[in-house]
Amino acid sequence: MTHKPDPTPPLRDIRQTRLGRRGFLGSSAAALAGVAAFRPAHAQTPPATAEYTPEFFNAAQWAFVIAAADTLIPADEYGPSGSEAGVPVFLDRHMQTPYAQGSIWFREGPFDETLGRDFGYQGPLALADIVQTGIDQADAWCRDTRGAGFADLDEEARIAVLTALEKGEPEFARVSASRFFSDFWKELQVGYFADPSWGGNRDQAAWKGIGYPGVRADYSDWVTVREAYPLPPVDLAGNRG
Amino acid sequence: MAVKPQTDAVIIGMGWTGSILAKQLTDAGLNVVALERGPDRHTQPDFAYPRVVDAVEGSIHRKFLQPLNNETVTVRHNRSQAAVPMRRIGSFKPGTGVGGAGTHWSGCHFRAMPDDLRLRSHIEERFGLDLIPDDMLVQDYPFSWEEMEPHFDMFEKVCGTSGRAGVLNGQRREGGNPFEGSRSAEYPLGPNPDYLGSEMFTWAAREAGYNPYPIPASNASASYVNPYGCQMGPCNACGFCSDYGCLNYSKASPNVNILPVLRRRQGFELRANAQVLRINLSEDRSRATGVTYVDLETGEEHEQPAGLVLLCAYQLYNVHLMLLSGIGQPYDPVTGTGTVGRNYAYQNLNALKLHFDENTHHNTFIGIGGAGATIDDLNVGQLDMRDAGFIGGGILWARQPGSGPVRGIDPPPGAPSWGRGWKQGVRQGLLHSCEFEAQTGVMSYRDNYLSLDPTYRDAWGRPMLRMTFNWKPNEAAAGQWYVDKLRALIAPLNPLAVDGEAKAMDESWNTTSYQSTHNTGGAVMAATPEGGALNRYCQSWDVPNVFAPGANAFPQNHGYNPTGLVGALAYWTAEAITGQYLNDPGALVR
Ligand SMILES: Cc1cc2nc3c(=O)[nH]c(=O)nc-3n(C[C@H](O)[C@H](O)[C@H](O)COP(=O)(O)OP(=O)(O)OC[C@H]3O[C@@H](n4cnc5c(N)ncnc54)[C@H](O)[C@@H]3O)c2cc1C
Ligand code: SF4
Repeated sequence: MTHKPDPTPPLRDIRQTRLGRRGFLGSSAAALAGVAAFRPAHAQTPPATAEYTPEFFNAAQWAFVIAAADTLIPADEYGPSGSEAGVPVFLDRHMQTPYAQGSIWFREGPFDETLGRDFGYQGPLALADIVQTGIDQADAWCRDTRGAGFADLDEEARIAVLTALEKGEPEFARVSASRFFSDFWKELQVGYFADPSWGGNRDQAAWKGIGYPGVRADYSDWVTVREAYPLPPVDLAGNRG
Repeated sequence: MAVKPQTDAVIIGMGWTGSILAKQLTDAGLNVVALERGPDRHTQPDFAYPRVVDAVEGSIHRKFLQPLNNETVTVRHNRSQAAVPMRRIGSFKPGTGVGGAGTHWSGCHFRAMPDDLRLRSHIEERFGLDLIPDDMLVQDYPFSWEEMEPHFDMFEKVCGTSGRAGVLNGQRREGGNPFEGSRSAEYPLGPNPDYLGSEMFTWAAREAGYNPYPIPASNASASYVNPYGCQMGPCNACGFCSDYGCLNYSKASPNVNILPVLRRRQGFELRANAQVLRINLSEDRSRATGVTYVDLETGEEHEQPAGLVLLCAYQLYNVHLMLLSGIGQPYDPVTGTGTVGRNYAYQNLNALKLHFDENTHHNTFIGIGGAGATIDDLNVGQLDMRDAGFIGGGILWARQPGSGPVRGIDPPPGAPSWGRGWKQGVRQGLLHSCEFEAQTGVMSYRDNYLSLDPTYRDAWGRPMLRMTFNWKPNEAAAGQWYVDKLRALIAPLNPLAVDGEAKAMDESWNTTSYQSTHNTGGAVMAATPEGGALNRYCQSWDVPNVFAPGANAFPQNHGYNPTGLVGALAYWTAEAITGQYLNDPGALVR
């Protein structure tokens, strides 16, 4: 007989769990009262993608963002699509923050890209410029090679385009396709999974889909319990998902 | 330029080392001015729930880390290249703000092994010095483990470190690390609870005949009041330790464990948003007269005259300020002369991710920064280096500091990285996987070093610190050897899939992906002025009223995380200053 820890919970743990659950709900109610007192800068529920007028992206870029968000993040049993979750709204807002405008990164020259991949992006652009320039380049490339903008392609063609961008196949003049893809895709993931106050993850649907409890940040009762975490997510504004 | 009133001591940087020195020096009656380039920080409001766990601010905007817009380091693999700036945070994450990286560290709190501190002697006695390759600079620390023991102990007591002793006053204790140096006291608190990955590791390590023990963690396992009267609350496993300030007064930090006392003290003045540009020297360069700094709120430059200058700016910036100020001789890799910049090393971390089925609940959003399980059965004193084929040491461990989807989750191998199937992979990675790691030492080499960059300048026009570093065959071999041992250890756990592998033998240092903020060396302590920039008390050989405690003082890196030794060095330095230097100011080693 081995002493391998059993991943399925023994009876003892199940009982602890039930007790734990009661205690847990009690303490979370107190925690929630605290959460409710907190209001992030944009606490009102952000508008849905369809109701939102972009401030950073132009119309063509906006169409690209929506189409790309839904191709990279299609709807399935684990949550809504990128645009249903409000990811384009997140992106339009996030591109206007000091972060995306380059506030925390070193951006002075000289610019020398000869050392290669191990040394990261060595050009002059801030994240917002990389995203915007990349979208323009990618959309133009679609028109040149496929006769239509990205948003007008069917799903199969969109997947092929994104795969090519990820591999860095098209040669772009200002920002490499792979740099654009990795920064852009990282931003969309952040938008999908960030607290809803940032614009995406509407109704915490992305958190619910993957089983993430959001900002609960207190698991003392669950560290030694070997079963699925039972409570739904909570967001910064104190809403339960 | 405005000249401030003279003070007994000026401290550059308010992280772990700065706070410890400020406490010990003001205890001795000195007036201390502390200059910290970042903002002041308190648990409330800066780390208050729930805002502190907003992963966009913490992990994307990197609110608690050093922004690189003003200053960063330049990096290259070897001397024939022109270095380029680390433009985005990558391989390591320096801290800023009151508390330094000591606010957003994880909490793994190791002492060094006795043989770590006498590595050259250990190799000579057991294997012969011919084992050491020509270009490798292996040195002993210029003090003994026994001399450092009281300081290791004090730092653990200040931090409320949670663990289990393996050797207490010479007696073996079940469940602790049987290979540790003999401790004078048990850990202040018992170990943290085990999450599933840690339980699995402990079981598998025992099966393999090893001696697993709980990682000593400065994340309080229970309520605690430290010797300074500072209060800690029990860690609630929030999962936001690394990169974040603790919302709960549970993770040891200068802010929680030392500053509450200092802030009330006459004779202590903290100036935040004060960026030190250089240390000023007397005309004959034999003494520091103080420092020049910029008030980042007004943009004005000030001079702060001081009798003692304490470099507590983190390993990288301690070396940078010494080079900029002309303290000591810069290292020249061609001639091998000079010591400032020499012996730069790093840490070698290799991870394996274990994926299990959906009945196995790892719930990786749960996390305790420093806690988990580890083994020392393969570390320096237990290792047959000749047989293993490399020099150094290392540990295997299970850790779960907490993860979340904005911070990035690895899906199982083969899962799509976007599109259909991607979310399922994220879910699997979040709920049903765990991570085991092999962390090894990194030796110092003739051509891994720090110097001033000839091209790039920071926001104040100063040449940036240039890092010339690459992995060497010794470290690649060590990584592979430990990862092989780790694979053998996990086999009986039967994971569905294992992702990750050791660095390849010819793999270069990737500066863009996070590995650890365990940078060491550059201004190391040595028994002679030829061996390093500092003497055994972290005192500059050249300018005796300058002390530089920090991981810059490590002659090479060991298998453990650095901060247990860094904190002990700060107490050791403070004792040398208050016990010896103040009575007879000058070089403490002649
Ligand atoms: C994410 C992360 C996780 C970590 N986890 C662990 C762990 O689990 N275990 C472990 O042992 N170690 C860990 N570390 C390392 C640990 O944080 C450091 O070893 C420790 O904080 C070093 O203490 P220090 O006093 O030398 O520097 P710091 O604590 O970094 O303090 C240095 C201070 O100096 C300031 N400063 C720098 N330059 C200037 C200047 N020119 N003028 C004024 N101020 C200046 C900085 O802003 C900073 O506040 C971790 C680090 C990071 C980033
Ligand atoms: S895991 Fe524990 S010690 Fe770390 S930040 Fe959360 S409560 Fe604090």
